[in-house]
Amino acid sequence: MRYLPNTPQNQRAMLDVIGARAIEDLLVKIPAKARLSRPLGLPPALAETDLIHLLRGLAAENADADSYTCFAGGGAYDHYVPSPINHLISRGEFFTAYTPYQPEASQGTLRTIYEYQTMIAELTGMDVANASIYDGGSALAEAVLMARDITGRHEVVMTAGVHPLSRRVVETYGQGLGLQLRTAPLGDGITDADGLRKAVSSKTAAIVVQSPNLFGCLEEIADAAAVAHEAGALLIASVDPVNLGVLEAPGAQGVDICVGEGQGLGVPLGFGGPNLGVLAVKKDFIRRIPGRLAGATVDLDGHRGFVLTLQAREQHIRREKATSNICTNVALCALMGTIYMSIMGKAGLVRVGELSTAKAHHAAGVLAAVPGVRLRFGAPFFKEFTLALPKPPERVARRLLKDRILAGVPLARFDRKLRDCLVVAVTERRTRAEIDAFAAALAKAVA
Amino acid sequence: MAEEVRGAAEGEPSEASKPVRGAAEGEPSEASKPSYDKLIFELSSPGRHAFSLPEPDVPKSDVHALLPERHLRRQGAELPEVSEVDVIRHYSRLSRLNYGVDTHFYPLGSCTMKYNPRINEDMARLPGFGALHPLAPEEASQGALQLMHELAADLAEIAGMDAVSLQPAAGAQGELAGVLMIRAYHLANGERRTKVLIPDSAHGTNPASTAIAGYRVVQLKSEANGEVDVLDLERNLDNETAAFMLTLPNTLGMFEPRIIEIIERCHAKGVQVYMDGANLNAILGIVRPGDLGFDVCHFNLHKTFTTPHGGGGPGAGPVGVKSHLMPFLPTPVVTRREGRARRSRRGAERSADAKAGGAPTYALDWNRPKSIGKLQTFWGNFGMLVRAYTYIRTMGPAGLRSVSDNAVLNANYVMKRLEPYYDAGAPGPCMHECVMSARRQKKLGVTALDIAKRLLDLGFYAPSIYFPLIVEEALMIEPTETESKETLDEFCDAMIRIAKEAEEHPAVIHDAPLTTPVRRLDQTRAARYPDLRWRPPAESSRV
Repeated sequence: MRYLPNTPQNQRAMLDVIGARAIEDLLVKIPAKARLSRPLGLPPALAETDLIHLLRGLAAENADADSYTCFAGGGAYDHYVPSPINHLISRGEFFTAYTPYQPEASQGTLRTIYEYQTMIAELTGMDVANASIYDGGSALAEAVLMARDITGRHEVVMTAGVHPLSRRVVETYGQGLGLQLRTAPLGDGITDADGLRKAVSSKTAAIVVQSPNLFGCLEEIADAAAVAHEAGALLIASVDPVNLGVLEAPGAQGVDICVGEGQGLGVPLGFGGPNLGVLAVKKDFIRRIPGRLAGATVDLDGHRGFVLTLQAREQHIRREKATSNICTNVALCALMGTIYMSIMGKAGLVRVGELSTAKAHHAAGVLAAVPGVRLRFGAPFFKEFTLALPKPPERVARRLLKDRILAGVPLARFDRKLRDCLVVAVTERRTRAEIDAFAAALAKAVA
Repeated sequence: MAEEVRGAAEGEPSEASKPVRGAAEGEPSEASKPSYDKLIFELSSPGRHAFSLPEPDVPKSDVHALLPERHLRRQGAELPEVSEVDVIRHYSRLSRLNYGVDTHFYPLGSCTMKYNPRINEDMARLPGFGALHPLAPEEASQGALQLMHELAADLAEIAGMDAVSLQPAAGAQGELAGVLMIRAYHLANGERRTKVLIPDSAHGTNPASTAIAGYRVVQLKSEANGEVDVLDLERNLDNETAAFMLTLPNTLGMFEPRIIEIIERCHAKGVQVYMDGANLNAILGIVRPGDLGFDVCHFNLHKTFTTPHGGGGPGAGPVGVKSHLMPFLPTPVVTRREGRARRSRRGAERSADAKAGGAPTYALDWNRPKSIGKLQTFWGNFGMLVRAYTYIRTMGPAGLRSVSDNAVLNANYVMKRLEPYYDAGAPGPCMHECVMSARRQKKLGVTALDIAKRLLDLGFYAPSIYFPLIVEEALMIEPTETESKETLDEFCDAMIRIAKEAEEHPAVIHDAPLTTPVRRLDQTRAARYPDLRWRPPAESSRV
């Protein structure tokens, strides 16, 4: 076994030191009747060549965004991932390190977390970001629990544009704590302002708004913040940080807790995981924030150094009174995001936003010109938009696979009322020629 | 999960307030440390950039014409402006400030820092996996779904469980899923139980996850050897008790000899038993939690199944259950439908089957009315699943059994060699990790923390310290099976050297670490004056 270096001679020598005849003698505390009396029922070990063959075979059965043209979004986006990211995160000193509990031996990781926190705070316009949460959905759930904790209230109003899969994560996290979820209705692609006001009461802990929302439309975040604050509630906004080169920072719109899926920041699609859960807050909530935080300090000689800090919030100190149970997070994905934001910098992220917007709006025009196809909503949208199709979108999407196009996300899987809807995402990676080919294929599919 | 207090807790006396002692003889001087101390922001220069993006190829590209002004950003984000070589050099340099398994022996107890095979990385990066969109149509993601289905079946076989959900993103999320399933099970039986029993030796995530699931946590005393205090358990088993959670082998690295009896007693009172699988790597192919009677257990793929820890994740924490809990599994569940003919479950044959038109098909099953719901937006940390699948296929059943045998052998060897110099937390033999105590050294003024810092200078990462909480000055050492006798000997020699230094010249230990990029860091200051983001020197007001 190439990963097991001890030879039989090594084992013998070690057993002699221990004073045991065989390894079996070390297992004496395991009752005989508890033992497995047969080998595990797994396939036999494969040589590396066979293994590669097997996994390449499985990988080849998938329609990935490298071999298909990807217009699918819905919370995961085919953004450009610059080459240095994979090279840098593949350095063993990063990917084989542990959580930085011995800060003197983990300054690399701690410094990158501190940089990540700075960049996320800067991008979101919030005061403090944590070192990451598992993904956008679990970040939203953590934010909701945090709002419940801060306000002592148990109702949360979610706008209808919040991604249904994220909403289900919130429901899961809240079920044992008696969290009540209410829904504010949809207007023309965005939350209905009157409906939102009516849904909120003195029992509301938070309003949750996602922008761009499930349909790609831009919500009126500042208005929602005003409604929340008037009711003594918090505003939680779920955003896609890669959009924030162009879109107004949540922090500038009255958002109290900003969460989001950071996959677009240089993390590969990876069938939806691991992703990058972003969570940032106003400074009032710094001691309520779930997850890890890296902070700057000094060492014995007065040199700048970094540590995990404010750990009194965490489960290894407060156990059942901790603000959250999150422990292992997605540090390596946060590093990917950090490298991405460094590469893109001030100008690059603006360009990504501008290109995505321009191409998405062009695509919306071209696709809505296909006979029978129309834009479903009138609200402003960013890089994603909703089409109404004359034929079932799931069937259309299946048909377009033959043209090696991932057409978008049919909404029927989330809501039967939206069974004619297809959400299309256009990132900076899509070209005008690809958009034209999509339109041509769509025309044939709906004809 | 299973990540406990490694460093000094806040509120301890400030390390920086101690007087600086002179460097010990033979230790590298201040000057030989890496001098690099820049943050990426401090390398920034206006107008520099590292990205490569195309010019717009569509007619209307001005975002101000396409979107209402109120949605557009007024003040730009102050991200760094650097070139590609700046980025490469900066992060390459930062990486060198870390100890990783690739560079150092990492005997971090309960964290299972074993070698991370490179083939795992290559497989996870195959475009068919790495660039696959989670909402691609099911027929266009059959390979990924098949891999998930097979991995879940493999894990179920390894743990003796009836079904496994791969969705939890980390061990702690697996715990939450497990406790929520137990809650749903009791509710479905018309029972509103209110509390969960957890030993005082448990990982901190156990009580935290349980509290989030809405339960009151009742802490049970452990025996001195870390075993369950059965009398204390018995006192707390009643109709209000929903579950008993324990780690096996326990956090002292010991197998619980009365485990079957304990589980039977719990079941007699309708109490579900949860196994924290953080230490599963000790028992692969030897004992299966399901066979012992456990109702639920989670797996830490980033421990047992060699997915890298990445400096703090991503992990993956699949959760396995017995059949009575299957209706409550998180949605969606990956299902398999047979093709027209009965086919092998292995992929190599599958391509041939596909041609024959009789291949099985895989789907995401959402129609599960009793499910606890979703834990993360998509289907789990799939990249980690590919790595774990690769590892299991690499090792096979005999290989996995050897993993545990060698992990147990290595831990017992270290324990035996250190016993003359340090007190053992519990009498051996241990399983895959041993807990030693620096009780003796503390009397000489040398703490577990000091020993940990000294080890950093001697070329090793530190063991877990001050965990489990029930052992004074605990040093929890987990060598793992991927270390050789030679490495263990070097480590033991270093530990013995420190024990002798504690007696003869403890100052050298108090000065440690000297070779790391920074020396002991002031944790108290970090907590008292939180500085959580960089600001340009001009506006360095702290947040």
